Amino acid sequence: MKEIYMDNNATTKVDEAVFEEMRPYFCDLYGNPSSMHFFGGQVQKKVDEARNRVATLLGASPDEIIFTACGTESDNAAIRSALEVYPERRHIITTRVEHPAVLTLCRNLSKRGYRVTELNVDGEGRLDLEELRAAVDEDTAVVSVMWANNETGVVFPIEEIGKIVKEKGKGAFFHTDAVQAVGKIPINMATSTVDMLSISGHKLHAPKGIGVLYLRKGIPFRPLLVGGHQERSRRAGTENTAAIIALGKACEVAGQWMEDENTRVKAMRDRLQAKLLELIPRARINGGEAERLPNTLSIAFEFVEGEAILMLLSEKGICASSGSACTSGSLEPSHVLRAMGVPFTCAHGSVRFSLSRFNTEEEIDTIIRELPPVIRRLREMSPFGREFLDA
Amino acid sequence: MWDYTEKVREHFLNPRNVGEIADADAVGEVGSLACGDALKLYIKLDDQKDRIVDAKFQTFGCASAIASSSALTEIIKGKTLDEALATTNQEIADFLGGLPEEKMHCSVMGQEALEVAIAKYRGGPVPVHHDHGHEEMEGEVVCKCFGLTDQFLKKVIAANKLTTAEQVTHFTKAGGACGGCIPKIKELVNEVLGAQPTEERKRPEKLTNLRKMQLIQETLEKEIRPLLWADGGDLELVDISGSDVQIAFRKACAGCASSGNTAKFVELKLRELVAEDIVVQEVEG
Repeated sequence: MKEIYMDNNATTKVDEAVFEEMRPYFCDLYGNPSSMHFFGGQVQKKVDEARNRVATLLGASPDEIIFTACGTESDNAAIRSALEVYPERRHIITTRVEHPAVLTLCRNLSKRGYRVTELNVDGEGRLDLEELRAAVDEDTAVVSVMWANNETGVVFPIEEIGKIVKEKGKGAFFHTDAVQAVGKIPINMATSTVDMLSISGHKLHAPKGIGVLYLRKGIPFRPLLVGGHQERSRRAGTENTAAIIALGKACEVAGQWMEDENTRVKAMRDRLQAKLLELIPRARINGGEAERLPNTLSIAFEFVEGEAILMLLSEKGICASSGSACTSGSLEPSHVLRAMGVPFTCAHGSVRFSLSRFNTEEEIDTIIRELPPVIRRLREMSPFGREFLDA
Repeated sequence: MWDYTEKVREHFLNPRNVGEIADADAVGEVGSLACGDALKLYIKLDDQKDRIVDAKFQTFGCASAIASSSALTEIIKGKTLDEALATTNQEIADFLGGLPEEKMHCSVMGQEALEVAIAKYRGGPVPVHHDHGHEEMEGEVVCKCFGLTDQFLKKVIAANKLTTAEQVTHFTKAGGACGGCIPKIKELVNEVLGAQPTEERKRPEKLTNLRKMQLIQETLEKEIRPLLWADGGDLELVDISGSDVQIAFRKACAGCASSGNTAKFVELKLRELVAEDIVVQEVEG
């Protein structure tokens, strides 16, 4: 069965060109970039090239790029560094809809005496900037707000947030988890208020196990990993050279496809959304009124449960994900949908389709054909909502 | 992805007995939209009103909830009411070739719906354990998020021999949302475990070396490890040399700041139950 892969916010296919770029750096060009011989030196040159490519996509300078092992590491490194730079400050601001890489860290820190403010979102997943303005004070060490939400695709007004942090924070650092945004929407660090930004390679068609922490020039930093001079002593450990080279290529390719992502991919997402709303009664879009990533569609179906939807879709080769409790092993539906106040009845039946440039119109047609009968079938089986079987 | 058995998958994709019975003799309903799963069970009895001739269900929930409902109806068809009432949630899980532990609550939901249906039919007290806002519940509500009572939880703990709060969450959902009732669940587990008759053990007078080693192993297995499991920890016996016992801590105990105290506790327990001269040493391994 050929898969129809629409779970690109979970992970992405490694682009063939990216794979070809990294392929020689396992068995042939395996040198250590730190070595004093030509064999390591030639790898060093490719790592430098990759750093330049990442910097170009971000509008950053190459020495502002620190390679890490994943987005989660970048998030942890950024927040922990801020707290070490400001040992006397005990306040952290984040949002209720952050990725667990940030949220769990902040909640753990709150048990160790830090004051943590989790900003609320409205029913469409948007922040209230006045709440942020009221929360930032001289005790705030770091504000960490994601650029775009992984579940709903809702994009936060990062520069407006950064302005407030700079105005009121008296030097508080501004970190953003941009794992879902980089490669999907234009980002320019040259004119940004962001101090630190996290990237994950596998969300933009590079392999798993590689990330980046962007660190603005002049921002003080305390490394998470010590014990080596790599990444200018900001992240010790021998470089994952092949993955770094792959990520460089992936960033170059992402730049070339950015327009496609925001036109053709967006149009496919919009068509899928419109047709599903037309064909399936009692469906609603999570975050539909907010500014969203071009590739993400989070749609809730009442009276049915997400895992059951995903398993029936999977039988048809369609890969999506869900905000339902049952898919994660937890018993509560997604913290993002709960924070938005999405009623339980909808949150349990939420499904996320996240597209990429590799998706096609035919695949969209297939989902439009296959999904309505799946919802109908589950509603026929359900003790609730039997009056809403037909559009 | 969940590691569902082929049988779970098959009963989810082709559920048996879906639907309503218009003239059902008994109907049992548990769960709600807010809980994330709900089951409505219909039962039709024979003319003597004793044997189940037909059973159908409507279920809102995940794949294992639908498969468990399907299994339940297959199990009870043809049984007398008393035979059906003896069905345990474990039987439902076994019928499906097993369920992931996190999904055991689906089988419990099936067993509950059956109990409710039969109790309603017989006109006795209906064992309502979930808060639907309009029914009188037995016992005191422990888990407010899912509206579960102490009586219900104790029953499931005893029936499934659960030893940790985490297991209780997997089997009933209790404690799975805000987590506020987890300490109370731990108390209930201890209460139920404590209520079970345990054999009194005394330290033997004299031991051969071989018997001593056997007894150390036995005591670790039966008396000590279950206590560590309750807190998410574990240990492994590494070596025994005379009276020197070497252990390594696992799971939550490994790297736990108070593992020194735990080692001391293990030593005291072994001295109490095996031999006075035992020395426990924690090793890496």
